[in-house]
Parts: sequence; structure tokens; C-alpha cells
Amino acid sequence: MNAEGVSAVGSAAELAERLRATGYLAGEGLATVGYLALALHRPLLLEGEPGTGKTSLAAGIAEALDLDLIRLQCYEGIDASQALYDWDFPRQILHLRTVEATSSDAVVEEVEKSLFDERFLLSRPVLRALRESPAVLLVDEIDRADDEFEAFLLEVLSTYEVTIPELGTITAEVPPIVVLTSNRTREVHDALKRRCLYHWIDHPGLAREVEIVRTRLPGVSARLAEQVARSVHRIRELDLLKPPGVAETLDWARALEALGADVLDVESAAATLGAVLKYREDTDRVRESLDRLLAS
Amino acid sequence: MTTEATSAEPDLALTGFASALRHAGLAVTADRVHLFLRSVAALDATMTADVYWAGRAALCSGPDDTARYDEVFAAWFSGQRSRGVVRRTPQASVQAALGDDGEGQDGKRTLNVAASATEVLRHRDVADLSATDRAELARLFGTLRPRAPVRRATRRRPSHRGDVDPRRTLRAQLRQVGEPSRVHYRRRGVRPRRVVVLIDVSGSMRPYADSLLRLAHTMVQQAPRAVEVFTIGTRLTRVTGALRRRDADFALRSAGDVVPDWSGGTRLGEVLKVFLDRWGQRGTARRAVVVVCSDGWERGDATLLGAQMERLAGLAHRVVWLNPHRGKPGYEPVQAGIVAVLPHLDDLVAGHSLTSFAELLEVVADA
Repeated sequence: MNAEGVSAVGSAAELAERLRATGYLAGEGLATVGYLALALHRPLLLEGEPGTGKTSLAAGIAEALDLDLIRLQCYEGIDASQALYDWDFPRQILHLRTVEATSSDAVVEEVEKSLFDERFLLSRPVLRALRESPAVLLVDEIDRADDEFEAFLLEVLSTYEVTIPELGTITAEVPPIVVLTSNRTREVHDALKRRCLYHWIDHPGLAREVEIVRTRLPGVSARLAEQVARSVHRIRELDLLKPPGVAETLDWARALEALGADVLDVESAAATLGAVLKYREDTDRVRESLDRLLAS
Repeated sequence: MTTEATSAEPDLALTGFASALRHAGLAVTADRVHLFLRSVAALDATMTADVYWAGRAALCSGPDDTARYDEVFAAWFSGQRSRGVVRRTPQASVQAALGDDGEGQDGKRTLNVAASATEVLRHRDVADLSATDRAELARLFGTLRPRAPVRRATRRRPSHRGDVDPRRTLRAQLRQVGEPSRVHYRRRGVRPRRVVVLIDVSGSMRPYADSLLRLAHTMVQQAPRAVEVFTIGTRLTRVTGALRRRDADFALRSAGDVVPDWSGGTRLGEVLKVFLDRWGQRGTARRAVVVVCSDGWERGDATLLGAQMERLAGLAHRVVWLNPHRGKPGYEPVQAGIVAVLPHLDDLVAGHSLTSFAELLEVVADA
């Protein structure tokens, strides 16, 4: 961890450069918005098709600035005790029993006070991020959580502080860098959106995607990377149930690499199609026109 | 609009741009403008690209906004403001289309029975009503009592039955300084299940569109967070936001403003596909009760419609099809569209009168 990391980034271009060093290639728009999030201490809300690198951006920023990445995966029914903090009940009981067994003249208030000590506090991601800040807090798939949780998050994100009745208020000295991602299964509440900088991540262009494959998988030849990226671009135009994202492109290249294929032909493509397409209907459609897709 | 953009007062030019966006229909609030100005200040105000990205991040709130944003941005900063920023024209004709279309269909039947007028109205086909009866019917919509269907929640709640709740049991012990006491139980609670209503607003459904939107409005009012409403015609439009307004007439009017394709053609299969691609598969239709309100008139090939309904049936908890013609005597599901979707439906209900709407609400509530 270093506190200078955040302020050391002086421009959007520098952030893009640092992200590139970690293997994340950010476009001009994303780099600018990312820089603004750092400079203005605003949460960054990322939306986009699955597999376009929303989550990896948070990991990239953490690595580029040498900060810890603290991840909170949202799901239906998540509540404050899973996001913020909880008391370790079994250990509190154990402590109580120990006090009871060892000292006969314990003062009630003191025993009580010792029960709500820091060491019995289980820090969950949001509290951890506030305490360990500067850090990167990734709130993944916020659209899966309920509205109530959004409201709670809004409160934390606007003040960067949390009050624990038994302990007092915990405030982040430096606001953590917050990245929220959403797959848009549900409209995120406007109040939360207004707190954030918003960016929609699109699929990258062909040249950038080739570069991404080359950067992430140095073992893949330039030719294979180009072939894979070009085929994925054509597959995306096919109007499928689930068009492949960048994550799938990388998976595909990785699968081909593992099979020792140095060129993408009909045979190797058919064998590895499962890395790109996850629906039977899609696989059938692509398989029909495979030779056309692979034509260079 | 605001003053001339000069390099000496960049802030004025920027706030002017923000208000132009607001006029173009984006939800630009004062704090967003503030964030925009701060963002530009952190970057380079003389660089077009920097201003562009700062504005996109601060002032847009969804992918639907970006196209309009690009348009306004180009118009504002190219200096050709004389052409005027694209102001979204409110579609004034909509209300008339929704309400009383006095087409000679109101052949009033003389009723010689001793039933109350209200009771008769409840059973009459909404397509055949006169303007006064329509107004009366609109009032009767207030008597519908929708219930939200429920599903098991992930979270467990304290209960008298169910499995042992170690946390609460231990907490109770802690309160008694570690002495074992009563065992606490917990089990899964219930939450409202999501309901998705798709309303066909094409020409053939025109006499019913108004009533169906009113029906959707009562459902949205009852469970604002659990009901999603879309209109389908030649394109897909989300009207949930408009229908969340409490006053029914106001809500319907604002829904009318957002729907661009009233009384147009139908491309059921294609639009359903758009719904599933953009919303349904990502989560909106998953485990939801989906109500499709349409007469199933599909011009041309119905295979796409059938395939999309199969997809929908795989995602949804229950698929209900409301067809206004089903309530009419002598109706047979023989149209190509209905034949194609029939195997994938859980229920096919009528939807032509207030009574049948009440029945639909029952079907949805018990799903």
C-alpha cells in the first residue's frame, strides 16, 4: 500500500499508461473517466455487456496504484451484516466463559465493554475498505442486490464513514477508490447513479482486442491472436443469444494455446468452440458457418 | 438558451450545454452539473475530448442517453446552434388516441335486465364502450385489488418453526451470561415475485391499449419495485417509470409520451427477442411472472415468435398470455401467432372486460 499512489497520477494518459503496464488496455474514454474518479474521489459506476472488463478494471487500478483490492460481490438478499461488519458471537461467548472461569470479581461494565472489543469485530468488505484506505473497493454486480441495500450503500458512499453503536464512528482518512459494476438486469436507482461517474464499456475494436490478447497471453502468436479476435468480431455480428465478450476471446486463445494450435482452422475452432459460446443454439449456428467465419 | 459561449467564460458555455441536454430529455440535475464542472476543471477545458468524456460520465445515466448526448454535444460545440438543439417533441395526439376514439363502434345495447349499470359495465367488452362508459370504467379500475405473487426469499427470518438459528440462540445465551436457554428458529421469508407485463400497442390492439395500461398502472402502484411494464409494437419501450406516478390519467399521459409506436404494426417475434436480449435474459424475466397482452396477430412467419416464447418460458416462472379475443364467443386459437406460442404458455386468459382483468390478477397473484 502507498498513500502517494492515488495522488501520483497526474493525468488520464498517465493512468492509461499505468494500467497498460498491468496488462489492462483502457480506451481514451475509460481512462479519462477513471482519472476523474481518482481526482474527484467519486465512485465509478461501470455498465456494459458481460465480459467487457468491468471487474478487471478495478483489479487493474488496484495493481497499477499498488493498492489492495477489496471485493464485495452482491447477491439477492445481501444486507449490512455481510457488507459492513458483524460481531463474532461464538468468540464473545468463549471470552465470557473464560472471564467467568478465571476471575470471580469481574466488574460487570468492564466485562461488557471487553465483549465489544475490536478483536471481536468481523470487518466485512465495506468497513475493511474504509479502515484500510487507500484501497480499491469493488462492488460487483450491484444490480443483483435489493433496493434497500442500494440505499444503504448510498449512505456509506456519500460520507465514507460508518457508525458502529458499540465502538463509535469509523471514517476513512482518504476515501477509497470505489468501482461499482452492473449488468443492467435492473435499473440502478437514480440517487445512486447521481453520486457516481458513469461509464458504459463497449466491446473493443479489432486492433485493441488483438492487443489485449497479445498483452494478456504473451505465448500466443500474433497471427493466432489476430485470427481469434477477427473471428470473435464476426461471431458478435451473428445475432446470438449471448455474444462473446473479451473474456471469452481470451478463453478461446488460451484454449487454443493449451491444445498447441498455432493457427485457427475449422478443426481446432470446432474443438474449442465451447470456450466462446455457452448456448447450444449459438454453437449450432456458428458451427454451420464456421468456414465463412474463419476466412481471412 | 443561455449566453454566447466565449472562451473567457467557459463555465457559462458548459452550463448552457448541460441545460441543452436537459431540454433534449436527459435527467440533468443541479448536482450532476456541478460534478460536470468539477470534472472539466480536473481535466483540460480546452480539449474537446476531455469535455466530451467528462460530460458523458457526469451527465448520462444509461446507454440510452449516449446517442442523444452525442447529438447535442456535436450541435452545441460545433457552433451551429442556430439549427437548434433537438428538443423532444411531446406527442400531443396520444391522449386522444388512448381515450375516447368515437369510432362508430359504440353500438349501445339496450339492456332490459334489472342489473345495476355498474355490474353490467364490469362485464362489457372495453372495446365497445362509449366515451362516458369509458370514464366510468376508468373509475372502476380503482376497485381492482392486485396482489403481488410471492417467492421464497434467500434471507431467513425468525420464526416459530424451521431450522435452528445458531446466531439468535447464542445471542440469547449471551444475554443470560452463557446459560443455555430457549432454542430459536428461523426459516425463509417471502418476497414479492417480479411481474413483467408486456403490452401490445399495435393497431389491432388499439381499443384495448388504454385499459391494459390502466391495469398495468394498478399493478405498478401496488408493488412499484416488483412490476416492470413494457409496450411492444414495432419496438420495445419501457414505461414502468411513467406508470409509477400515482395519478392514473397523468401516468397514462406520460406513458404516452415515451411510446413512439402507438397503433403501428406488430413485429411480435422481433420485439420479444429485443426484450429477451436486452432485459429478459439478464434477469428481468428470470423467475418472474410474465404477462403478455396481445392478440397474437403476427404478420408473416411465426417461427421466430414461437422460438422466442420458448426462450421466455425457459426463463420465467410462469408465462400468462392475455388475449382480448379469447373472451368472445366462438373464439378458437387458430391464428398463426397464437398457435406458435400456445405450447409455451402456462395460462391463456381473456382480457376484454373488467371482470376478466380481475381474473387475470388472480391468476398472477397465485402464480
